Amino acid sequence: MLKPVSRLGGVVLDLLQTIGRLVLFALAAISSAVRPPFYWRTVGRQLIDIGYFSLPVVGLTAIFTGMVLALQSYTGFSRFQAESAIPQVVVVSLLRELGPVLAGLMVAGRIGAAIAAELGTMRVTEQIDALTTLSTNPMKYLVAPRLIAGIATLPLLVLVADIIGVFGGYLVAVFKLGFNPSLYLQNTWEAFKTEDLVSGLVKAAVFGFIITLMGCFNGYHSRGGAQGVGQATTNAVVSASILILCFDYLLTELFFAK
Amino acid sequence: MTAAPKIRIRGLSKRFGAKVVLDGIDLDLGVGESVVVIGGSGSGKSVLLKCILGILTPEAGRIEIDGEPVLTADRRRREAINRQIGMLFQGGALFDSLPVWENVAFALLARHLGDRARAREIAIAKLAQVGLAADVADLFPSELSGGMQKRVGLARAIAADPQVIFFDEPTTGLDPIMADVINTLIVKTTREVGASALSITHDMASARKIANRIAMLYQGRIIWDGLVTDIDRSGDERVDQFINGRADGPIQMAVRG
Repeated sequence: MLKPVSRLGGVVLDLLQTIGRLVLFALAAISSAVRPPFYWRTVGRQLIDIGYFSLPVVGLTAIFTGMVLALQSYTGFSRFQAESAIPQVVVVSLLRELGPVLAGLMVAGRIGAAIAAELGTMRVTEQIDALTTLSTNPMKYLVAPRLIAGIATLPLLVLVADIIGVFGGYLVAVFKLGFNPSLYLQNTWEAFKTEDLVSGLVKAAVFGFIITLMGCFNGYHSRGGAQGVGQATTNAVVSASILILCFDYLLTELFFAK
Repeated sequence: MTAAPKIRIRGLSKRFGAKVVLDGIDLDLGVGESVVVIGGSGSGKSVLLKCILGILTPEAGRIEIDGEPVLTADRRRREAINRQIGMLFQGGALFDSLPVWENVAFALLARHLGDRARAREIAIAKLAQVGLAADVADLFPSELSGGMQKRVGLARAIAADPQVIFFDEPTTGLDPIMADVINTLIVKTTREVGASALSITHDMASARKIANRIAMLYQGRIIWDGLVTDIDRSGDERVDQFINGRADGPIQMAVRG
């Protein structure tokens, strides 16, 4: 009779233990990222992996998001003769929300999984232990460069996503919905606010931290061979995605709640 | 023993949950000596090495390297101590993302000891020491056979001229001829570097070839410790059963049908 209660208690304790380990891991990772030695060669490699190689997937996501946004806004707004608000809707939605969130989710799927799989494999094949025997702190060599690269590249990716997304909206508005090109661009520019852009970029930096942290945390603590690595990969993507949505709300509250 | 041991272990205990893996281990490794710890799978041999290296933290006991207690050393001191230790892992544990020469020269590169060109030269010299040609240097670990990976692992272990080298199951997964090649290389390179060696294995041919002294680990304790020449007359039935590889005897393996 007490079995379900005991099981629930076990789950809660496991969850609290994992949260505690994650917080300690995050503090150790931040401390490693801000104190020398720095492995700049590894940071450079991660900048290319996380930033440059994510461009196609983020760009494609952004252009279709901008296109859909313009099309959906048109079908809704045309009922109230409010079609002229489409450029504003596209730019505000992309800069504040869709750019950072969708780029974050796409990078979580691509990079969070890759980091967890790589570190997980290194863990189960004793490569992380080997680093220790070679007097190299694994937190500094493996985790810190990924964290730095994630925080640095996500805002750049989101900036590119914003531009491509707005361009996607422009394409649909001008070539499908018959908007005047120069008027559309003028309305877009008028709707652009620096604080919208900055809030989106700050969100992106936080999402970059979350994605790389969850990838590293799950990979670093993976156990039990191929199955453990697979589990770590899944956990990294799922936990990063949920945390991105959660922190998106918290940051929106921080920036825009009156 | 006249000189102080390179490594002195006293009362070392380690458990995982309720399972006691090491239960008060006492072991010495003399300067220039080669000690092999034998024991069945799951007897705690790897755990012993990981405790000495600081990868695992024991619950009780004392480990001294050159008379300095290492379990209480801070991270920086621990890293300094580990610089005098080389390690050959069971599976090689080579870094997949780096070419062979960067694997071998990893410690030199990480510590910024000289430029990359010099580190590469040293790596190629160490590869030659373990019988590998210079053209292997630019390959990646995934392009090497198991035996070659072990050799590269050995080259990495000796790259920084360590004073102590640990060998974790150095011949596991190799054919008998390649296993003998690796054993010969271990004896040769350890002598050349002038290092003490602590190995763990359940391969008796390997143990007989590389050891001056053998210690047997069973149920978390050292049950026999003596010269390799004395192991055939240890007087301990468990040691006899293990070294002769007999299923019948005091050691009963847990077998589930």
